[in-house]
Amino acid sequence: MKTPQGIPLEYYLWLSAALFTIGVLGVLYRRNAIIIFMCIELMLNAVNLLLVAFSNYYNDASGQVFVFFIMAVAAAEVAVGLAILIMMYRNTKTTDINTLDRLKW
Amino acid sequence: MVNVDILTTLVPVLPLLGFLIISWRVKKLQYGTTVVIACGVVLVSFIISAALFFQLLDRPEDQRFIEVTLFDWIQAGNFTAKISFLVDPLSSVMLLIITGVGFLIHVYSLGYMQGDDGFNRFFSYLNLFVFFMLLLVMGSNYLLMFVGWEGVGLCSYLLIGFWFKNKDYTDAANKAFIMNRVGDLGLIIGVILIFIQFGSIEYQQVFVQVGTRAMGSPVITLITVLLFIGAMGKSAQIPLYTWLPDAMAGPTPVSALIHAATMVTAGIYMVARNNILYSLAPFSQSLVLVVGLATALFAATIALTQNDIKKVLAYSTVSQLGLMFVALGVGAYSSGIFHMMTHAFFKALLFLGAGSVIHGMQGVQDIRKMGGLRKYLPTTHATFLIGVLAISGIPPFAGFFSKDEILARAFEVNPVIWGIALLASLLTAFYMFRLLFLTFYGEGRAGHDSLHHIHESPASMTLPLIALAVLSTVGGWIGIPEALSGSNRIHEFLNPVFAKSQSLMTEDPLNHATEYILMSTVIVLTLVMIAMAYIMYVKRNNVPVEEGVKLNPVHQVVYHKYFVDELYDRIIVKPLYRIASMLDSMVERLGIDRLVNSAGNAVVDGSSVVRLLQTGNIGFYVFAMVVGIILMLATTLIMK
Amino acid sequence: MTLNLFYFLSFFGVICALLVVFSRNAVHSVLYLILTFFAIAGHYILLNAQFLAAVHVIVYAGAIMVLFLYVIMLLNLNQEAEPHKSTVLKFAAAISAGLLLTVFVGSLKGTELMAQQQGPATNVGLVKSLGRLLFTEYLLPFEISSVLLLAAMVGAVMLGKSEQNTDTR
Repeated sequence: MKTPQGIPLEYYLWLSAALFTIGVLGVLYRRNAIIIFMCIELMLNAVNLLLVAFSNYYNDASGQVFVFFIMAVAAAEVAVGLAILIMMYRNTKTTDINTLDRLKW
Repeated sequence: MVNVDILTTLVPVLPLLGFLIISWRVKKLQYGTTVVIACGVVLVSFIISAALFFQLLDRPEDQRFIEVTLFDWIQAGNFTAKISFLVDPLSSVMLLIITGVGFLIHVYSLGYMQGDDGFNRFFSYLNLFVFFMLLLVMGSNYLLMFVGWEGVGLCSYLLIGFWFKNKDYTDAANKAFIMNRVGDLGLIIGVILIFIQFGSIEYQQVFVQVGTRAMGSPVITLITVLLFIGAMGKSAQIPLYTWLPDAMAGPTPVSALIHAATMVTAGIYMVARNNILYSLAPFSQSLVLVVGLATALFAATIALTQNDIKKVLAYSTVSQLGLMFVALGVGAYSSGIFHMMTHAFFKALLFLGAGSVIHGMQGVQDIRKMGGLRKYLPTTHATFLIGVLAISGIPPFAGFFSKDEILARAFEVNPVIWGIALLASLLTAFYMFRLLFLTFYGEGRAGHDSLHHIHESPASMTLPLIALAVLSTVGGWIGIPEALSGSNRIHEFLNPVFAKSQSLMTEDPLNHATEYILMSTVIVLTLVMIAMAYIMYVKRNNVPVEEGVKLNPVHQVVYHKYFVDELYDRIIVKPLYRIASMLDSMVERLGIDRLVNSAGNAVVDGSSVVRLLQTGNIGFYVFAMVVGIILMLATTLIMK
Repeated sequence: MTLNLFYFLSFFGVICALLVVFSRNAVHSVLYLILTFFAIAGHYILLNAQFLAAVHVIVYAGAIMVLFLYVIMLLNLNQEAEPHKSTVLKFAAAISAGLLLTVFVGSLKGTELMAQQQGPATNVGLVKSLGRLLFTEYLLPFEISSVLLLAAMVGAVMLGKSEQNTDTR
């Protein structure tokens, strides 16, 4: 139940859940697209943390390798996402996501 | 010597080929080609039938049949149906009639229907009809008979409504078909019962099993009653007879072939084929007898008052069919078949003669507009006279021998039956001679135009008339009874088919003295009727009154065919329409349409609510996602 | 000792995350997120994932957050011009996030963990062992991720190009 460092694994579970929830809260709470993006990064990191904790607990390196790849993908995603965001700003002159509501019934 | 099996198979197959070839090229075929193909196939079938007949004639009684199995058609569990033909004395007599008289009528049609737009179509239908009729009589099991049964009903519909542009004609065709179908329901249920009861639908297998049953068995009574209902429809007995007079809307060769010589005799054939069943069910036999007697008398009375040549002949056919059923009802099966054969000859002759008159009169059918046509249509008149003599039962013509036999057998059972049948026959003589006299004798009432164009029919029409006249004369000589020192050959020939039934008969045959007395009584009375007709319609020139003139009440009722058609209309047709329209408005519109439409409407309404979820607002979408995840996790939590 | 460190880092990380969400200024949010990342890097070190900690700081705090800052500067978003959601919606957001947390905790509570493989604290997490793994067992994902980065680069360039040369032909 304890990691080799002596910390119970459940603590990492609650911590990761808390960070993830805060990320979700941020996505629901704010209207600025950039802030929302950052909260998504926060969510990803919560997951990374949990993966590393498990990898440490089980002495399995696959968890850390996975985190490595998640980071690479997150970087790519941020690049492209921000590019899209800039395009959106160019067209609507604002970063408020509620302005993009034409695809409706 | 060619293989008998192949010959037997060719008999129905040839007309089928004729139909296929003509109908495949129905628009393009030349007159000559159609004629050669259509008449040719029937002629060849006739020749083969004759050959088969002579084959059978030579054989001893217990081998007097030919069975040909083609292949297994249906195999479902216990039920097997084969395509197989049975040629025994009964079916070979029918084969000769169908192909022989059929051929003559084909030849007649090439003169009668010449110039008609649907000439090719007509002959293709005729060939198809011959095929189905042959299937009916040659089938060795009930299913094949039923296929032929339905097929001739179909061809009857096609041919009655041949000139389809006229709504009255197509209505008559509908009427014929629908009434037939009502009867067919009884037939189908009867066949199903036969299968359930005896486990097979092959004649041989069923009849062998039936022979072991007791007399008066309820199942057999039920089966025979149901089969007879089918016969009622097909052979135009009360109450399913009203289609036959209306069927005169078709061309006259059709009336001659289908509604005189062949299709209507299918019911007679079926009852005769099932004679062992009927002999074991006295109730059904009595039913057949009563219905036949009633129909014979009833139709004869109507024929007294009709003024259309073809309608008189139609009611005469109904009446004669009733007489044949009387024969079957008293157990004189071979007499019934004998009369059917002679009737085919003289009734076809009468119809074709009537057609010749109509052809000469450019389409006039009302005898009130005829008269004195003797000098214009000599051949027609001579042959018509022979036909009338035959149907009236004057010796030595064919009708005398067959009718006399039926009367004699009826007398054996019960003199009352003899009396009623005699009355019907006397009326027959009277109205047939009335028809003859009003058409051919007396002073001419035809209009000037008609007389201007009238001419004797071409050879293609008169030759069949002459042939049939010859047959009507000599056709009865194969059944000369022993009382007149004949050898009654036809009964000998048909014996193996009816032997079992004959053994169940309990009546004593009449002695010759009684027979002589009966015969002479009948002849004398018939001559009296003829004399009466002569006096009324020639001497006193008692022409029937014009349309619309008031008649005395009895005459009025009989003239309007006892208002039976109107009765059916009131109690069956109109209520059916009413029920149908009620079902349409209530069940169809309110029920089913509503149900189906509401399914569609439900989708539309539902989706118009659900689509409001698509607000386009991204924040809302994310919110919905989160809510979804919460719900899923909560569900797993609760499940635990 | 490690437990105390763990508690400190956790609280620090959570508070900074909350501040990311609730601060008005976009630049402040970025800075708070960087602090959160450092907290997480601290956790990584605590878990003996040294390589990952370093990579985490370099990639996330060093590259991604800088990119965010660039974009914010570009769009000139440090004013408080951002419209806010209505109170109802904010309330709903808070409630649903709270529910989510409850459900998470609830479903994870009482779960049985697999037996831990006891053993000395091995070198999982050291650069050497991680590197070996990357280049042997996970070689294919490694190479494909490089293609992925290339694609992202191309995509970002294409998307970010301003349409000045609009051909009217």
